[in-house]
Amino acid sequence: MSASVDLPGFVDPVIEAQATFRAVLDAMARPGTIHRVGECLAAPAPLDQATAAVLLTLVDHETPLWLDASAAPARDWLAFHCGAALVQDPNAAYFAVALSLPDLSQFSAGSHEAPEGSSTVVLQVPALSSGACYRLSGPGLRKPEALFASGLPPRFIAQWQQNRALFPRGVDIILCAGTMLTALPRSVSIEEG
Amino acid sequence: MPDALPPDRSKTPRQRWMAVLARADAEALQERLGDVPRYRVLRGPEPGLVMVRGRAGGGGAPFNLGEMTVTRCTVRTDTGLVGHAYVAGRKQRLAELAALVDALLQDPERQPGLLRQVIEPLAELQEARCANIAAKASATRVQFYAMRNMRA
Repeated sequence: MSASVDLPGFVDPVIEAQATFRAVLDAMARPGTIHRVGECLAAPAPLDQATAAVLLTLVDHETPLWLDASAAPARDWLAFHCGAALVQDPNAAYFAVALSLPDLSQFSAGSHEAPEGSSTVVLQVPALSSGACYRLSGPGLRKPEALFASGLPPRFIAQWQQNRALFPRGVDIILCAGTMLTALPRSVSIEEG
Repeated sequence: MPDALPPDRSKTPRQRWMAVLARADAEALQERLGDVPRYRVLRGPEPGLVMVRGRAGGGGAPFNLGEMTVTRCTVRTDTGLVGHAYVAGRKQRLAELAALVDALLQDPERQPGLLRQVIEPLAELQEARCANIAAKASATRVQFYAMRNMRA
């Protein structure tokens, strides 16, 4: 085992993982709502607490994980605490961790028989309370809601439209910043607002 | 009484000390250890299940014997040494102490002292306990060869 693991995971794994799972579930059901997770967690650089909490909750040895180059320093911590199998091929990953928007088309969108087999991208952004404004609409939202997120490039809207056109296939995104998270399921429609 | 099995002739010094620590008693270990340096727990101590596999004689194909409870723990001392421990049952305190001793034993300066004060006495104790059980069992052994001679 690597000696570079120097931070613990959840202090109380059962309670904290359940709370984080519930937050992800609520965020997926109500796209764009902000939830707070991982406030007691000491996250390994360069991951934020919310990103680390989501990964501790969802990733294990049965879910291949893909890391982008800038998230690689957290590799040992993830391997130790999640037992994650790291893959080089983004298309083989169940979960992907990225600190900047990756090309969404490189991930698995699932198949028509099993659309749940698609990748979930955990995307860490600098902030979820400021930055560009996006208008979200679709299932789970009674009326269009505003989402503020910084660090997403202009090509994000176009990429998301391509992803949404694949429905019921397509990737889902969990946006994390600090201790905040929100989710963009494949069904949500995003416009600049 | 599986805990009384003698430590195997293990391949590396680390395997040997972990074998002794895994069969030790938490209180006895704490007593011999005395004051411990500061450390933080990275994982656990958490109980879980592992599948025990066996091999039948003859062909030797592996089969699943059953699941057993195992408690694991990982600690990191403030000097940066990481120790791991897996012990049978739900002995959480023992798992934590064993992981700590594993970390401390990786420090070349501490190792000889710890081996002398902690590991060797515990190993002797375990061997004596095992020899005692073996002696009791061997007293009840039936010598079929001797019986045949007596009858003759």
